[in-house]
Parts: sequence; C-alpha cells; structure tokens
Amino acid sequence: MKLVVTVVGKDRVGIIAAVTKILADNNVNILSINQNILDGFFNMILLAEASESKMPLVDLQKALKIQGEEIGVEIKTQHQDIFDVMHKI
Amino acid sequence: MINIDDILETNRMITQNKLDVRTITMGISLRDCAHPNIKQFCQNIYDKITTSAEFLVKTGEELESEYGVPIINKRISVTPIAIVADSCKTDNYVPIAESMDKAAKEVGVNFIGGFSALVEKGFTNGDKILIQSIPQALATTDVVCSSVNLASTKAGINMDCVRQMGEVIKRTAELTREQQALGCAKLVTFANAPNDNPFMAGAFHGVSEAERVINVGVSGPGVVKHALEDLKGADFSEIAEAIKKTAFKITRVGQLVAREASKRLGVPFGIVDVSLAPTAEIGDSVARILEEMGLESCGAPGTTAALALLNDAVKKGGLMASSHVGGFSGAFIPVSEDEGMIAAVKEGSLSIEKLEAMTCVCSVGLDMIAVSGDVSAATISGIIADEAAIGVVNNKTTAVRIIPVPGKKVGDVVQFGGLLGYCPIVPIKNEWSSEAFIARGGRIPAPLRSLTN
Repeated sequence: MKLVVTVVGKDRVGIIAAVTKILADNNVNILSINQNILDGFFNMILLAEASESKMPLVDLQKALKIQGEEIGVEIKTQHQDIFDVMHKI
Repeated sequence: MINIDDILETNRMITQNKLDVRTITMGISLRDCAHPNIKQFCQNIYDKITTSAEFLVKTGEELESEYGVPIINKRISVTPIAIVADSCKTDNYVPIAESMDKAAKEVGVNFIGGFSALVEKGFTNGDKILIQSIPQALATTDVVCSSVNLASTKAGINMDCVRQMGEVIKRTAELTREQQALGCAKLVTFANAPNDNPFMAGAFHGVSEAERVINVGVSGPGVVKHALEDLKGADFSEIAEAIKKTAFKITRVGQLVAREASKRLGVPFGIVDVSLAPTAEIGDSVARILEEMGLESCGAPGTTAALALLNDAVKKGGLMASSHVGGFSGAFIPVSEDEGMIAAVKEGSLSIEKLEAMTCVCSVGLDMIAVSGDVSAATISGIIADEAAIGVVNNKTTAVRIIPVPGKKVGDVVQFGGLLGYCPIVPIKNEWSSEAFIARGGRIPAPLRSLTN
C-alpha cells in the first residue's frame, strides 16, 4: 500500500524531520519527496510505502495530522489509489 | 510513478471544488421479514437492518479517512414496505416506520428509504395502508424517507394515486408544520422509479435486487464548473468533452469507494449513480454550471439546452469509469439544495414552469420546491400528473418532491437545514383549477412506443 503525504503551511525549521520521524518510527519507507518553499510557504508531496506499517492507516493519518497541528502545518495522508483511479485508465 | 500535478488536481477538486462521494447506500432485502403479527414483523425488520448494516458507517468513515475524500452520507434502502408488510394483520403501518427509524439511528445512518409503494398499475391492500400511513409516519420519525411510484411507461399513470398523493402531501405538510413542512422533503412521487437508486428521498431496494447490495452516489458540480471556467468562448463540442473528462474522474472515485466498501463489508457491489448532486453551499451548484456556459441567470432561454448537454455529457463520461452504472445518473436540479437555483428563483429568472421543461432532459424531476401553503391538493396532483406524463412518454424517471409550507407565501424563505438547504417560496403563477381533471381518477393508458413524433 502506497501513501501520498501532502504537507502545506508556513515554513519553519524541522517540518520534514517531524513528518519523516513518524514515518520511520512506524516502519514506513519513503519512496520520493518533492518539496519547495513559495513566498514563505512550505509545500511537500511525499510518496511512501506503508505495507509494513506498524500502525493501521487510519491511526497513522491521525498521528501525522496531530503532528501537523503542533508545528502549524496541514498534513494530509491519502491512499495512493485515489490518484491512480482518477488519472489512469 | 504518480504525477505531482495529478495529486494537486485531485486535492484541489476535493478542497476547493467540493468533490465528494455523496452517499454509500446499502440496499437490504426485507422479503424474509414478513409476518402476520405487526409486532413480530417490526422486530424482524429491526433485527435484519441492524445486523446487515452494523459496520456500514464505520466502513464509510474509514474509507473517507484513507482516501481523503468526504463521504457525506451513509444510508440504507429497504424493500418497499408495502410489499413486505402486505401480510400484516393491521390497518396502520406507522409502527413499521418507527422501527425503521429506530434501526437506522442504531446503526448511525443519515437516512433510511423504502417506506414505499409501487402502484403504477393498481393498489394492493398493503399499498393502500402504506399510502394512508405516510403523513403520520413522516411526522413521527426523523430519518425515514418515503416514495410512491405512481406511473410507468409500461403501465401508464395511476390517476387515483395521483389524486391521493396531492392530499397526502398536504396532510404531511400540515402534520409537520412546526418544522416548515419538513415531512414533505422526505416524500417523493415517481414515474419509472429506478430499483437501485442510492439517493434520498427516493431510495428503495427493488424486488429484483440481491439480498444486500452496495450502491454509491457521486457528486461534484463544483469540479465541472471549474473545468468550464478555463473554456471561456469555447464551442459546445469542447464544453461537452471537458464535462465528459471531469465526470470520468469523479465517477472513478465513486467506483473505488464502492469497490472497497463492497469488499470490506462482504456485500456485492451494485451500481455507481453518476450524478451531479448540488448543495446549498457556494461552489457546489448545478445552476452555476449552466450559467458558466453563458446564461445570465439559470432559467434564461437556452437553459434547457444547456442542461441537456450537461446531463448527456455526465452520463457519457461516467459510463466508462464504472463497471455498473445505474440509479438516476445525470444532473439533479433540487431548488432548495442548489445555491444557484435559489438565487435564480429570488431573481425571478427561474419559474416552476421552466423547471418542468428542464426535467424533460435531466435525471429527475421537480425537486425540493417550496410553494405557498394555500396551494390546493388538486393543484399539487396536477403538477404530479404533468411530471409523470413527461416521464412516461419519454421513457425516463421523473419525480415530484414539492413542499406546500403552511402559513408561508411568495416572498418568504423557508429553511430546511443541512443538505436540504433553504428555499424561497416558488410562485405558481397559473392559478386555474385542476380540480375536475384530478377528480376523474382511473388510469391514463400506457403510451404508444412507435410512431414517435
């Protein structure tokens, strides 16, 4: 199961560290990261493999969401299937 | 590898253009619940519903979270109650509606549909009792929805039922007058009702359906409007192409959710209803799509053509995206549930007569229209008959969900709350009487299907 993690918010030190720590702690492997800063706003799309995740997806989503609220960014975690079905035949 | 632009597009559709899955509806057969004793029958249906749908809401919430797409409603449809209750020794089906209400609340769904009768050709005793019970049933329950199919292309129009439904609607309005006649928002009359529709108030689990089934209704008027915003001045071929592509994407999300819900619940997948279902929120309106095509206000000359194009393109785009398409499948035009329609009624560009013309080319009928409380039962029956005739002759589904709000007049606005929205009282400008026409009763014969001019 592949995940798409989207992070948007005001830039600050340690956003990537905070997100990736949760993924690493739960045995979720990062496949790619696309990240930039636009007008002081942090944008990141991260793809990860979560087949061996210690937590069920719903719990992992909650953990990331709560972390996002703590550091002032919005973190959205979605199953990759929704993007695949919409854009591939 | 997945494309970044695709991710951004999908998430833009969800967050800015209000893409959602409108409903996951579990159809449940109650055919094995029949019993002569009404108390036992009520217990049977309560047990069947609560057991069958125990995990429906939880599964819906999980899918919503995992895919990051809102799933607004989780609902249940059941076998038309008039069929399964026919063997009960009783003259009142209100306790059955109360059991449905209790079961629906127990499993946490938003609505339960199927307090219904299929009487296009005639009434059984059960049909008669059900129709008489509708006003009280809708007044004493919160989430039960009722529908009556009173016409079909094969059978014609049951004009006795048309007459009766005008009175039933008035009575329902009276019994729920404290809630702005909310009971009428949960009551719909049909011609050619589909057996697998997941949308309320008209959902029921048809008699030819399986034991249980998962049907999904998608939405996304905001996404379609956004696609057209980039096509200023483009011709209609380009407009139709853009709508088809968007409908395909929307429907694929519905198909994914339907497939997963079916797998996790162990219930067969039925259909995806490829629909554009609006809400009263800004950015989620079918009327605004029509205006985006170049109409100053919804209802202006050209509106029916615009809606015909939209409805057809939505179907064409959606069909390829799902293994089984069914239900209504097309654009909905519920006035109180569409911000642009509400505005058009207020501005005076959209009338009930224009809405009737629009129903000839879109997926349902005169829907969620609040009218003055002093509109007569015969006039409501006349409106139902006209709408049924459109459905019967054109071999399509049509419906009427009209709300005569006691004490309200043209110029007033009625609030229904939630997805049911709000509605200015729509004027019925033609005040000539239909009394003698409706009083005739009997059956309008099924139409000829050849020599079609």
